[in-house]
Amino acid sequence: MFELTALDLARTQFGFTIAFHIVFPAITIGLASYLAVLEACWLRTQRQLYRDLYQFWVKAFALNFGMGVVSGLVMAYQFGTNWSPFSEFAGSIIGPLLAYEVLTAFFLEAGFLGVMLFGWKRVGPSLHFLATVMVALGTLISATWILASGSWMQTPQGYRIVAGRAIPTDWLQVIFNPSFPYRLAHMCVAAFLATALMVGASAAWHLLRGNDQPAIRKMLSMSLWMLVLVAPLQLLIGDLHGLNTLEHQPAKIAAIEGHWENSGGSGEPLILFGLPDMAREETRFAVAIPHLGSLILTHSWNGPLPALKEFAPQDRPNSTVVFWSFRVMVGLGFMMIALGLWSVWLRWRGTLGHCRPFLHLLLWMGPSGLVALIAGWLTTEIGRQPWAIYGLLRTADAVSAHGALQMSFTLLLFVLVYVLVFGMGIVYLLRLIRTGPVPLSTAPEHP
Amino acid sequence: MDLPLTWAAIILFGIMMYVVLDGFDLGLGILYPFFKTKDERDVIMNTVAPVWDGNETWLVLGGAGLLAAFPLAYAVILSALSLPLILVLLALVLRGVAFEFRFKAHEHERHFWDKAFIGGSIAATFFQGVVLGAYIRGIPVAGHAYSGGPLDWISPFSLFTGIGLLVTYALLGSTWLIMKTEGALQLRAYWLTRWLTWKLLAVIVVVSVWTPLADAAIAERWFSLPNLLWFSPVPLLVAASAWSLLRSVSRKAQALPFLSTLALVFLGYSGLGISLWPNIVPPTISIWQASSPPESQEFTLIGTLFIIPIILAYTVWSYYVFRGKVKPGQGYH
Repeated sequence: MFELTALDLARTQFGFTIAFHIVFPAITIGLASYLAVLEACWLRTQRQLYRDLYQFWVKAFALNFGMGVVSGLVMAYQFGTNWSPFSEFAGSIIGPLLAYEVLTAFFLEAGFLGVMLFGWKRVGPSLHFLATVMVALGTLISATWILASGSWMQTPQGYRIVAGRAIPTDWLQVIFNPSFPYRLAHMCVAAFLATALMVGASAAWHLLRGNDQPAIRKMLSMSLWMLVLVAPLQLLIGDLHGLNTLEHQPAKIAAIEGHWENSGGSGEPLILFGLPDMAREETRFAVAIPHLGSLILTHSWNGPLPALKEFAPQDRPNSTVVFWSFRVMVGLGFMMIALGLWSVWLRWRGTLGHCRPFLHLLLWMGPSGLVALIAGWLTTEIGRQPWAIYGLLRTADAVSAHGALQMSFTLLLFVLVYVLVFGMGIVYLLRLIRTGPVPLSTAPEHP
Repeated sequence: MDLPLTWAAIILFGIMMYVVLDGFDLGLGILYPFFKTKDERDVIMNTVAPVWDGNETWLVLGGAGLLAAFPLAYAVILSALSLPLILVLLALVLRGVAFEFRFKAHEHERHFWDKAFIGGSIAATFFQGVVLGAYIRGIPVAGHAYSGGPLDWISPFSLFTGIGLLVTYALLGSTWLIMKTEGALQLRAYWLTRWLTWKLLAVIVVVSVWTPLADAAIAERWFSLPNLLWFSPVPLLVAASAWSLLRSVSRKAQALPFLSTLALVFLGYSGLGISLWPNIVPPTISIWQASSPPESQEFTLIGTLFIIPIILAYTVWSYYVFRGKVKPGQGYH
């Protein structure tokens, strides 16, 4: 009654491996920049506290970076092992973008990482700072290339089709495709948010246990400034990204909104909650606010929205999934803004470090940045379905011709190894965070 | 300029860099069982900890470069060798995280990550060798897709090349240890090197006899005139490198054993290139047939030619910063 095809299994494998992978680069992007800021503060002020914080977070960074490298290696080969028609169709466009990512970002990160982690006694302070900045720069360059290629799959341009393959005609158009700037900004800010919440939650954990040190106060303060600044910014970027999607991928918007048909000029509601049912072609149990959908997406009282029934059933993304993944993301985003506002209020009152309800909430919100990031990623990728490359190549035509048995076997292996390895990795990460920053004077030579 | 030819050279160079750099890195994992104490194992790990992920980046470059320049080859080869490649990747995951996890684990958990490092290194190397052997034997193609079965990669030859690569990487690892360590650990590395050199020579002889016997086209290429004259220095150079390796080990040289091993690996690699040229999916698809359009190859080439020298420069710098012998207790952990 419930049988998975090789295609389902290949999609599950891709989703599973990338959902694990995406967490590590996101934290790597955020932490690398944070470490660069800490080291800059240390060099400017010579305050030992910044150096202690650096030494503390660099260990978490190294652990996280290692997991990012090995899980990323899998991604570089999975296009070929499981999606060979996709590789052949789009390799001439995706391949160069990935090659540039390796050349300009991965080598930069790997080349300077050794000095950043192990080089304190071997190079001078400015050279060490340079290494940290290079690693941070590498993470951002990496994000740029990978999001250029991911965005091209969403909003392809600058190509022509010759003999069943996509051939680049204009590289600037390929890279700066319509959704790229929005997606890049949205992803980088998401990485900063996720990291700020992780750092803030770590500080909250220590403060709640009475471990009240200046270094921990400092990391609480720094992370919450970040949250206050970027959480509202993310809302703005997300809104612009949504309007861009409305223009280029209307079916995705219809699925996100669970909107099946237009009323014919009398304004469209915003469905807050409900259960989109793909078979019955309706959103059941809908709780809706009249006209708000038109207002948000068209900035007019009665504007029509894309509706799922305007698309053939085989061209509709799964609304049940993206409706909810989108709401998880947005809901967490609003909570982050609220948390940021609360922190400003507490800062003004001078009670930021010992308001226990706030610290408890911050602790629980620790993983929310990553949850929102994965939910957003699910929304955009599942919202692109049934296409692997929007309008050009269907996912069903992109998969290698492996049998279901082989795909089940490899999926099982991935699940076993990833759960073991990355599960333990997260345990070690939490253990490190629990140790907390150690002032250098009291630290043993080689802890 | 012949773009496909240039790209084939770049990818061959990238894979060569990978084999050399991750080779000694994986070799350390293969040799780990010969070193039992925690101190020795810490030192071994710390000889590569600052550079290992740079080493693995060459493998990512191989994948991305192949996709960019030869998408058809990437699609066919990876899909044909999907199972052993996935085993390589998973093994690399297991041994890659061990670098960090070993030092983060509690005392009683450490043995688990030691085993993951050993098992992962052995499995990654063995299946890389199997992939190599299956690739040499050829990949059946119909139209634009792989036409064989999911287990065609298993053959006596490919299993043998798997073992051959284990010996090769172990030798790279043991000579690396000679260069980077001292005292009792280094003495053990000398002993291992001598033992492994003879094994590797045996592997080279067997592969050199087996390949032409199994494949008439390769035999034709090796033994017809004037090719025979052009290729005849290869076995002579192999003998010279092996001699230099054994001699430098008896004289307790520091760096020469590693350099001689590099020469051996390079010679074996060039022999392989000679046998398969100009096919990228042996025995049917040539580098010209598998090429992406010039628009893609040119665009990527500009960056590659400009950036690879810079990468090599800071890679050398990083090795230079961490030059010299590694002593117990070094490292940031």
